[in-house]
Amino acid sequence: MRITVTDQNGTEHKIDALEGWSVMEIIRDHDLNIKAECGGCLSCATCHVYVDKDWLGKLHPPRDDETDMLEAEAFAIEENSRLSCQILFTEELNGLKLTLAPGTEKDA
Amino acid sequence: MTKQDVIKTDAVIIGAGPVGLFAVFELGLLDIKAHLIDILDRPGGQCTELYPEKPIYDIPALPVVTGQELTDRLMEQITPFKPEFHFSQMADSLAKTEDGLWRVGTDDDTLLEAPVVIIAAGGGSFTPKKPPIKGIEEFENTSVFYAVRKMEQFRDKNILISGGGDSALDWTLNLQPIAQSVTLVHRRDEFRAAPDSVNKMRTLANDNKITLHIAEPVALNGANGQLESVRLRSKTSGEFDVVCDTMLPFYGLTMKLGPVANFGLNLHENLIPVDTEKFETNTPGIFAIGDINHYPGKLKLILSGFHEAALMAQQAFRYIHPDKKLRFQYTTSSSSLQEKLGVK
Ligand SMILES: Cc1cc2nc3c(=O)[nH]c(=O)nc-3n(C[C@H](O)[C@H](O)[C@H](O)COP(=O)(O)OP(=O)(O)OC[C@H]3O[C@@H](n4cnc5c(N)ncnc54)[C@H](O)[C@@H]3O)c2cc1C
Ligand code: FES
Repeated sequence: MRITVTDQNGTEHKIDALEGWSVMEIIRDHDLNIKAECGGCLSCATCHVYVDKDWLGKLHPPRDDETDMLEAEAFAIEENSRLSCQILFTEELNGLKLTLAPGTEKDA
Repeated sequence: MTKQDVIKTDAVIIGAGPVGLFAVFELGLLDIKAHLIDILDRPGGQCTELYPEKPIYDIPALPVVTGQELTDRLMEQITPFKPEFHFSQMADSLAKTEDGLWRVGTDDDTLLEAPVVIIAAGGGSFTPKKPPIKGIEEFENTSVFYAVRKMEQFRDKNILISGGGDSALDWTLNLQPIAQSVTLVHRRDEFRAAPDSVNKMRTLANDNKITLHIAEPVALNGANGQLESVRLRSKTSGEFDVVCDTMLPFYGLTMKLGPVANFGLNLHENLIPVDTEKFETNTPGIFAIGDINHYPGKLKLILSGFHEAALMAQQAFRYIHPDKKLRFQYTTSSSSLQEKLGVK
């Protein structure tokens, strides 16, 4: 199973995805440029991604605390903004496409 | 700065996260007095800033403890050694003095001198997130500020504050009485802040004492570092400009290595390489412990940092008390250690 991640420079990466991992963990495991500073505990918003519009409906909707964190600390929020640490990868998401949002880059 | 203003001590610890705190204990047992510097306004580092309410399960002998509780317990454990804290300050310089001591300076002009410096800077210093607005750097420190140090600086200004948390709300309330005008900008009409502050802010907005816009800043206009207006984009009314001379963005904190990068130490991917006997850097007398260091097999765990602190202290002792003999003792049975801990 795979997902497609477009990084902050516009480069597309097709990466293997493991069921039961969060999408943030999958991206981090492939050494793409994601800071994900709080390791998935909803206190940083540095795992912000834009989910491809075709896939949006297949995800469970964000919980209130995810929306709160996005609004408080993420930048350039769009309708399809999500925190990738809150998306659990399952078989149904095979092929998922997303883009890393600005402000998620690791320190240079 | 005169000589008297320099604080002399045994050890300066940069970073008051769990590892910096426990270092106070290990040093204290060896009669080494410590000062700590942290850019945050309280101890605990990642534990209190990122996960105060979350449980940690892998601290030996504490089956479960939250980030805040761990910090509180460490603070209690080190009390007998009377550590001195310099909070809300960034350690930004490190230099050797003529007497062979290390001098650490902060951005608040505190100067500390000691034979050893312990860098316990963790994932880096917690610094404000910068909104990715084009050209914002041009206005930083002249018109755009990420923190308020001296309120007076903002008297009679036309201020735009963006953000929806406690910092944004607190500074809206505190600056409104002295500013010429305050405009608060947040992406949605809900605020993640103390309910009391939200109510006060709403009252000010209803009374037209501040302006509230549900929008996002997208561009800055001005020249030579002087802001003239900020362009906002709102879902309902599109883009429009708000006239202002000062902008205060509050979007939370993020960890950045910061000034430690300029201390002249070896760096390996933003981490400081150390040996695993003394946890000393390539510069004698400068140690690095906790998440900031790097060595083969390193695990970024609190447990590892505690171990590193104990070994570091042994070598620090040799620098600070060169004429004394290092004696290995247990806290259980040594009456001199128990005296230091104030339990005897
Ligand atoms: C969500 C989450 C869960 C975790 N869970 C666990 C767990 O279950 N078990 C575990 O063992 N570990 C866990 N960790 C990791 C653990 O928190 C870190 O290993 C630990 O905090 C490292 O401590 P430290 O003291 O080295 O650094 P930090 O906690 O990062 O503290 C460093 C401090 O130094 C300050 N600082 C840095 N540079 C400067 C400067 N130049 N001037 C002034 N101040 C400066 C920073 O502001 C910060 O306060 C977790 C981490 C996260 C994010
Ligand atoms: S990793 Fe911090 S909120 Fe997702």
